[in-house]
Amino acid sequence: MLTEKEKKEIHEEIKLYPYPAGACIDALKIVQHHRGWVSDESVKDIAKLLSISNEEVDGVATFYSRIYRKPVGRNVILICDSVSCMIMGYESLYEHISKKLVISFGGTTSDERFTLLPISCLGDCDNAPAMMINNDHFNRLTAEKIDELLERYK
Amino acid sequence: MERPLTKHIKPGSAAYNLKEYKQVGGYNGVTKALINMAPGEVTNLVKASNLLGRGGAGFPTGVKWSLIPMDVDRNGPKYLVCNADEMEPGTFKDRYLLEGNPHQLIEGMIISAYAIQAEKAYIFLRWAYKKAEAGLCKAIDEAYKAGYLGKNILGSGFNLDLYVHSSAGRYICGEETALLNSLEGKRAVPRTKPPFPAISGLFGRPTVVNNVETLSWISHLVENGADWFKGLSLTATGGTKLYGVSGKVKNPGTWELPLGTTMRELLEDHAGGMIAGHKFRGVLPGGASTDFLIEEHLDVKMDFTTVAAAGSRLGTGTMIILDDKTCPVAFIHNIEKFFALESCGWCTPCREGLPWVEKMLVSIEEGTGIMEYIDLLNFNAKYMGPGNTFCAHAPGAAEPLQSGLRYFHDDFVKHITDKKCPWR
Ligand SMILES: Cc1cc2nc3c(=O)[nH]c(=O)nc-3n(C[C@H](O)[C@H](O)[C@H](O)COP(=O)(O)O)c2cc1C
Ligand code: SF4
Ligand code: FES
Repeated sequence: MLTEKEKKEIHEEIKLYPYPAGACIDALKIVQHHRGWVSDESVKDIAKLLSISNEEVDGVATFYSRIYRKPVGRNVILICDSVSCMIMGYESLYEHISKKLVISFGGTTSDERFTLLPISCLGDCDNAPAMMINNDHFNRLTAEKIDELLERYK
Repeated sequence: MERPLTKHIKPGSAAYNLKEYKQVGGYNGVTKALINMAPGEVTNLVKASNLLGRGGAGFPTGVKWSLIPMDVDRNGPKYLVCNADEMEPGTFKDRYLLEGNPHQLIEGMIISAYAIQAEKAYIFLRWAYKKAEAGLCKAIDEAYKAGYLGKNILGSGFNLDLYVHSSAGRYICGEETALLNSLEGKRAVPRTKPPFPAISGLFGRPTVVNNVETLSWISHLVENGADWFKGLSLTATGGTKLYGVSGKVKNPGTWELPLGTTMRELLEDHAGGMIAGHKFRGVLPGGASTDFLIEEHLDVKMDFTTVAAAGSRLGTGTMIILDDKTCPVAFIHNIEKFFALESCGWCTPCREGLPWVEKMLVSIEEGTGIMEYIDLLNFNAKYMGPGNTFCAHAPGAAEPLQSGLRYFHDDFVKHITDKKCPWR
């Protein structure tokens, strides 16, 4: 069941489009914003609200990389694995984080504090290697800097 | 040397707010265009300047605008969309403009929308650009309050609403027709062309899609004219360009320089040359979807025609340097992995070819590759090439592959004969 707040926010978005289905991506983002991810149940709820099929909503949800169809940890670490960051050594940083948190790409720590994911170029190639934690950008990373950064996210 | 696009950007300090932007002449272009010029005059000016799109393909902006039906088709909305999805590996130029001077982009968009008489405009922004998003939203708010956006702008009778759409992630959203599908709330798969967006774009209505850097030029063109613009470059194509360099160089970064600056000047004078102990081996001149060039090309001027004549593309103008401590097979593998992951899955050479390419590259890198793979990689690069797919994603992926196989052929062979990566 979508909350009243979620429904209200989605209806606000619908107003901006010629037809309700236009707000599909916005609706997914709204639900993810409140719940951290988008469950099968939420897909159905959104489909009903927008008067389109579940499959259509799921087709959109699974297409976009920033919509999570599985639960993620409280904080999501996104390590850039594109070419400039590769040249500048993202691989050893990945290994460092991976060892430290005992998870690999796609994994979530057992205390649900962190999920670790690869991400394509963050547009910070002149300050590589780069990564994001939730909505925050970090660059010119070293293992020591990462240790310090992770402490800020509980 | 003039640097119109970046002269008001001070790295490390906040972007100009509306008041500060106006103090340096900001929004004069809007006043001039909306009060003193007819929409067609603005388009003609942009045509006369021969501004070529800065999103990668280099299409003439004025020509694109002139395809929008102006007189007959007035019974429905038209749209202007700014492509700010920047996601090509090695590219970080639009971010500099978005974070550094949002009002310059907004001003350019108001004038551009006026030229094509679009009353709704969108900035399709890459989700990861959170700082840019906050800055744009604040600047748009200021522009509404000052009467540069909204109803009857400066009493001209022209109305414009401007929205920021933050993407949900995927490189293919940057392809302009895929972007339109995404704005409509759908999967971002490219559309068949024709019809081109100028005829049937967003919600089936005439639409112009332009890059951030392209639109950031428009107020300057209106204020200073076509001849001034042409005089800024070292080559026949007018203007300056935001160039960038990343990789093992002393001073990676982005700089606004006259179009036609050579790769050598960029690499040596601006990026400071290679880091000690690293040798230059090759360069992708304009992002991950461009062909490799090598040492002998370093004096090539970075302009659309000159880079094309050398066998590559200017693309986004952001160079990625391959050095001698980085394995070329790993470098190319990284890029092809990106393209395989980001394929929308519509066309066979892209959906099936790219994962196959990726597997063969992994195998060569790990020392289990066979000679036949080199032919198969070339075979795939050929079928991913222009004309076989809906969009330029697969042809873009083919470029670093085909040229890499040619220039670094010996390295591929050595991996296969030695059964290991010489760099590991
Ligand atoms: C796979 C793919 C990704 C693209 N990504 C972008 C992008 O992020 N930003 C951009 O401006 N153009 C991108 N383009 C080019 C656009 O399709 C389009 O040509 C451009 O936005 C037009 O703007 P311009 O005429 O101002 O250059 C991409 C093209 C392809 C095929
Ligand atoms: S070339 Fe690739 S990305 Fe482009 S439409 Fe075809 S499958 Fe999609
Ligand atoms: S390659 Fe990592 S930020 Fe661009």
